[in-house]
Amino acid sequence: MSDVAERVKKIVVEHLGVEEEKVVENASFIDDLGADSLDTVELVMAFEEEFGIEIPDDAAETIQTFGDATKFINEASA
Amino acid sequence: MFDLTGKCALITGASGGIGGEIARALHAAGATVGLSGTREAPLQELAAELGERAHVLPCNLSDMDAVDALPKQAIEAMGAVDILVNNAGITRDNLFMRMSDEEWQSVLNVNLTASMKLCKGVMRGMMKSRWGRIVNISSIVGATGNPGQANYAAAKAGMIGMGKSLAYEVASRGITVNAVAPGFIATAMTDKLTDDQKEKINVQIPAARMGTPEEIAAAVLYLASPEAGYVTGATLHVNGGMAML
Repeated sequence: MSDVAERVKKIVVEHLGVEEEKVVENASFIDDLGADSLDTVELVMAFEEEFGIEIPDDAAETIQTFGDATKFINEASA
Repeated sequence: MFDLTGKCALITGASGGIGGEIARALHAAGATVGLSGTREAPLQELAAELGERAHVLPCNLSDMDAVDALPKQAIEAMGAVDILVNNAGITRDNLFMRMSDEEWQSVLNVNLTASMKLCKGVMRGMMKSRWGRIVNISSIVGATGNPGQANYAAAKAGMIGMGKSLAYEVASRGITVNAVAPGFIATAMTDKLTDDQKEKINVQIPAARMGTPEEIAAAVLYLASPEAGYVTGATLHVNGGMAML
């Protein structure tokens, strides 16, 4: 697993209090990991700070799964 | 009780009668205060009076770029914004049938849209720290209406609806959003009324007098305090019984 994925996973595990094994590529923050809509806003805020990037609101809405997040961050910080 | 030591509060309209008194009350309770307003001289005077823990943050709330910048400036100056008091307000009174779009829009912009932008601007920090207090200074007029003030009443009612919605969203993060709705308060604005006008107002008030800025500040202090942590989405009416809502 890439460094970005590891860091994203750590944030998700800490923020949502879920087991690491559950944070898989297609895991939806809301449907699979028990996040509410405000949790997803907070996750995006945490990603922005961890990676020093800005995630605009329209892009944030497309980040629904763990895979979406790593993909977006990989592209944004490339 | 009501100890705000270590908390940082941003107060808009701190150059006015009510805003200045709110700043004094929060400062006296131990908070660091960010004094915002359009006119810098009265803010500097107030900051000099308060001494330590007071920062002057001039901002014209009708300039939306300046509004967007204010939370960042406040955080730079104070380190955080734990308490936001949206107190600034303007009036452009006119009969509804004569009210221009400009009169309508300017009041909505300063009184409601600027408040929304400031709430948004301070929310990230409050969410992260799992603590925050927003107090919107509404008005009795927002609940009762007032001839000649369709724009002002709409904006003040809007603050209550916005605040309640936001209160729902962020309650689980330890952030409360409440409103204080003053009735007639003796300030520079009411000093302009004639004795006859004042008399007519006083007969409508069961307490038979106008309120004082200190009485509004005390309500704000309570809602900003740790003790009010279970109060959210509320409107505290401070109006001498003029409207019992």
